[in-house]
Amino acid sequence: MSSLLIRNGWVVDPASNFEAHADVLVREGLIAQLAPAGQIAGADEVFDARNLVVAPGFVDLHVHLREPGQSHKETIATGTAAAAAGGFTSLCCMPNTDPVNDLPAITRWMLQPERGAVVNVFPIAAATVASAGERLTDFAALRREGAVAVTDDGKPILHEGVMRDALSQASLVGIPVIQHAEDTALTKGAVMNQGPRAFRMGLRGMAAEAEWKLVRRDIQLARETGAHLHVAHISTAAAIAAVREARQRGIHVTGEATPHHFAMIDDDINDYDANFKMNPPLRSRQDRDAVIAGLLEGTIDAIATDHAPHALYEKRQEFDRAPFGIIGLETALGLAFRILHAERGMALPQVVRLLTTGPASVLANTAVGARGSLRVGSPADIAIFDPAARWKFDASKSKSKSRNTPFDGWELHGRVTATLVGGRWVFRD
Amino acid sequence: MIDSRSLLGIENLGRDEIASILNRASQFSLEKPQPILSGRRIVLLFYEPSTRTRVSFEMAAKALGATTYLVHATASSIEKGESLLDTGLTLHAMGAEAIVIRHPSSGAPAFLARHLDILIVNAGDGMHEHPSQALLDAFTIREAKGRIEGLKIAVIGDIFHSRVARSDVHLLSRFGAEIVMSGPPELVPDVAVTLAPGLKLTRDVDEAIAGADVVMLLRVQKERLGGLPIFVERYVAEYQMTPARLARAKPDALVMHPGPMVRGMELTDAVADSSRSLVLRQVRNGVPVRMAILARALAN
Repeated sequence: MSSLLIRNGWVVDPASNFEAHADVLVREGLIAQLAPAGQIAGADEVFDARNLVVAPGFVDLHVHLREPGQSHKETIATGTAAAAAGGFTSLCCMPNTDPVNDLPAITRWMLQPERGAVVNVFPIAAATVASAGERLTDFAALRREGAVAVTDDGKPILHEGVMRDALSQASLVGIPVIQHAEDTALTKGAVMNQGPRAFRMGLRGMAAEAEWKLVRRDIQLARETGAHLHVAHISTAAAIAAVREARQRGIHVTGEATPHHFAMIDDDINDYDANFKMNPPLRSRQDRDAVIAGLLEGTIDAIATDHAPHALYEKRQEFDRAPFGIIGLETALGLAFRILHAERGMALPQVVRLLTTGPASVLANTAVGARGSLRVGSPADIAIFDPAARWKFDASKSKSKSRNTPFDGWELHGRVTATLVGGRWVFRD
Repeated sequence: MIDSRSLLGIENLGRDEIASILNRASQFSLEKPQPILSGRRIVLLFYEPSTRTRVSFEMAAKALGATTYLVHATASSIEKGESLLDTGLTLHAMGAEAIVIRHPSSGAPAFLARHLDILIVNAGDGMHEHPSQALLDAFTIREAKGRIEGLKIAVIGDIFHSRVARSDVHLLSRFGAEIVMSGPPELVPDVAVTLAPGLKLTRDVDEAIAGADVVMLLRVQKERLGGLPIFVERYVAEYQMTPARLARAKPDALVMHPGPMVRGMELTDAVADSSRSLVLRQVRNGVPVRMAILARALAN
């Protein structure tokens, strides 16, 4: 295999606390050398990264690739193409497919080359059979086939005994249980955040308590079992406070937050447009500020997109009838740079950390743990982006099969120029 | 761009716009048809059962000379799974010029207005707004009291689930009424006071009524009170409008209700049928007010 020299870039690798003007040599799909600019003689191919940031490829802990069964929304091929355009090189995909990914054979199917993935795909398996919340799946067998975590995302595990067993079993095989924390008994018919805006719009709201109550319970179970709990798309100030406190007490709890939860609030919902409808919903200003604070201080380990594609006809409905979810792979970096870096002063390496080694270390015991770094010998998964770019996102140009995003026309900061997976170009702007 | 002649809600309707609709309504009546919409095509698209709103819009349209077409969700392609947007596109393609829509989803009229190049009149959407009802309520209050500004208006009952309450509160507070809401927390959550500036909320219905010029009652459905007989009994004991309670209001206070009334629940027969009740006046005023709404939408 040929060699590639990425020259003159600003190389940022938070996993090794490296940040410098440097050259990166890629050989045989791996990072072969990292050296001060100008010291590596040459290679078969040279990429000039002048004025660009060279970072590890981004890792997304939370995407819905919709295959098998819902290929009218997205396929593994189109979802990973959108990922590559957004600088993501590793995706952890949720099991709420049709059928649900609750069997090793389904996990294996997702990983077959015929799916046409252009970035690394790491399936997350269902924690219970059919995600019905009753009988646990075979964690060990699923893990052997490549599953990196278990969850019933979208159908929270409400039964305390089942959640306790899931945590214990997951702990034995070295993976976390990921919980979509929502006490659904409290959110019947609810389609947005509970508060003045929902009251005004005449829509039923989800109370913050439906999230933090379950987070608190799960933290208690993680403490009792010594297992690793990962809180998906955390969105409320009280839930973030609970995670912060748990971490201070040494309980193994990690968390992720989505770009839309740090970029928007419920007051931004535009005229019953279902592209502003997702679960958890856009929250209050105080919650949004808590998400940003949690990311700044490190209570929240990762930015995860919760990329959730839906067909146009599914979203173009009455707000309360349309499904939850928005796409997010191509806007994540631009939103993080605009909101966290430009508006809230987060340093460049920390933004990169939240997209790379942050999420990778949540799944440190799995194959994901080896991603998100530019250390010599690592797979050459690399995102190259222009940190100074200001551009308008045009949803109609998305590589995803779907267009459901509230960020169409938004000005974003920072734009992906090129993406490499295992030393191969998977995206060139 | 949504056509400003559509009527989607009161919240985004200016004071002048509201006043002009009310003034125009006073020039209309069922007895004096004015065929200014002769030959115009208005579809009444109803996804929920309705008596007074549907008939009232139909009479109003006909008094202006328009032709109306009634589409009911249960007797149309909607039952076969046709989407709201496709139904709207179909009606538009057939030549409908305005759609008067009643829909169980909040925001359905706004949704249609955004995607279709056609005038939309909201005849009630989910828990969101019922603008024509608020306009006829304001018209009725003005007719009976000569003004809205400075009146004390008690709004009592199921505000949470009520599109009428939201529209009434937007409209009446914008015209300077002092509004006091009352009801149990499950029907009147604390957040209700954020709907408009200067709203008051009390759990003590007698305090809400004290000195009121208008007592506006809202329908209370048993199933929304937690499903137990005891909750119904408590509501009746604490909030039901009786002649004795009404005596705390001003001597010339009037009682209003958008209907349908649940007698024995939010009010007694004696209150519903008393000379102070404006309920049938409200119904009657619905026609000229809706004539004004349709004229505003379609007349050149």
